[in-house]
Amino acid sequence: MVLRRRDTLLFETPPVIAAWAAAGGKKESEGPLASGFACLTQQADFSGEGCKNWEQAESLLQRKAADACLRKAGISKKEIDLAFAGDLQAQCTASNYTMRGLGMPFAGVYGACSTMAETLGLAACFAATGMARQVLAMTSSHFCAAERQFRTPLEYGAKRTPTAQWTATAAGACLLRGPGQQGVPVRSVTFGRVQDYQVRDINNMGAAMMPAAAATLLRYFTATHTAPTDFDAIFTGDLGEVGSALLREQMEKEGVPLPNHRDCGCLLYDTAAQNVQAGGSGAGCSAAVLCAHILPKLQTGAYRRVLFAATGALMSQTTFLQGESIPSIAHCVELGGGDRQ
Amino acid sequence: MKLNPKDYAHMVSRASPPSPVMRDCLWAFFVGGGICLLGEVLRRFFLAWYDPAMAGTLTSIALIGLSAVCTVPGWYQKLAAKAGAGTLVPITGFANSVVSPAMEFKAEGWVTGVGARIFGIAGPVIAYGTAASAVWGLLYWLVGKVG
Repeated sequence: MVLRRRDTLLFETPPVIAAWAAAGGKKESEGPLASGFACLTQQADFSGEGCKNWEQAESLLQRKAADACLRKAGISKKEIDLAFAGDLQAQCTASNYTMRGLGMPFAGVYGACSTMAETLGLAACFAATGMARQVLAMTSSHFCAAERQFRTPLEYGAKRTPTAQWTATAAGACLLRGPGQQGVPVRSVTFGRVQDYQVRDINNMGAAMMPAAAATLLRYFTATHTAPTDFDAIFTGDLGEVGSALLREQMEKEGVPLPNHRDCGCLLYDTAAQNVQAGGSGAGCSAAVLCAHILPKLQTGAYRRVLFAATGALMSQTTFLQGESIPSIAHCVELGGGDRQ
Repeated sequence: MKLNPKDYAHMVSRASPPSPVMRDCLWAFFVGGGICLLGEVLRRFFLAWYDPAMAGTLTSIALIGLSAVCTVPGWYQKLAAKAGAGTLVPITGFANSVVSPAMEFKAEGWVTGVGARIFGIAGPVIAYGTAASAVWGLLYWLVGKVG
């Protein structure tokens, strides 16, 4: 049974995330969450496995996350009823080519860096209502594929501003099943509304996305009559250090301070030591933090109840060059078995 | 939400750390200066055999070649990440801006990738540089007529 409270869908009998896996590259392997990854590579071009370009490499990275997830769930790809997947490449080709190999029913999703929460939310709806029994939700990003598409060639000598964020070379995959099964419950989903507060700086995505995170969280708290302190942690996806500071400031102003706020962009890397400027970003960033950090902690009981609100900046290279501001979105998924610790 | 775009712009500029201008300038000064010094050393070297005009041309060719060679293994990008304008402004930066897309877009083919994208970064400099030189040439000619 699904209840609708304003923008929030509450699952009275919650579907579960039965298995999950994260895959990552070299920088991710040097970060604080390395031990939570199912698959790490030092050679993210995967040339040793036949990849000829970065786009193929990203697709393979996503495939590795999907395979590891299916392995952990103990099922074959044939048993998946539906997969939701997306990535940052134009026309979501990393996911399209991964799905070419997997051959399962597939619905492509684009939510930029919010894709993990979006696919997870959609998968939860399908699993909760029985429209699909086993649903895959996944996403990826690859630093090299994203740089060449959104910015400049990799070998081009340019300086990054302190507010810039580093696109993660990472993928995350979650397998969802219907209510009553083993796994981490998905309690609710809040699909976000697009926000635009006229930020135009493509090197300050955290600032562009903050209003989306704040808006979705505020809507969620109002709809569910909850407060941030009802949760062990509130995770945002990829606001980085600048966006996180702005979010805390804004939520104080709204009278809803976030003492337990954590940001995936600040968790995936050691921002002080790893030369990632304001932190990580990319669809794979929040996906990897979800699968390598949040879900394992929910499984062990270290967290009981958390919010996962991944944020996405919805511009393209074309709209940016045309001087458009950056619209953004945040989708929020409530995870966990009950009250906070 | 208690937020409007105007106030938010102030909030963002307050929250965004500025670039470390002094450090960036020192890096740019010393690396850019170092590249120019290398150019001067090369020019003196070529002067031993050639006239000044030819020595200057050979110096440019040598710096461009060196920058191209350093771009391929990623050394130029690594240096530029710290040196900024110090590596962007000299002729070596121009070479890097041509070689890097050539490398990057090889995956899309020699014609539709390398050929089409090679001047993706340097193109505007070439286009407007050529246009500016035409305007300057016209002015020069007009001044000559009047004078």
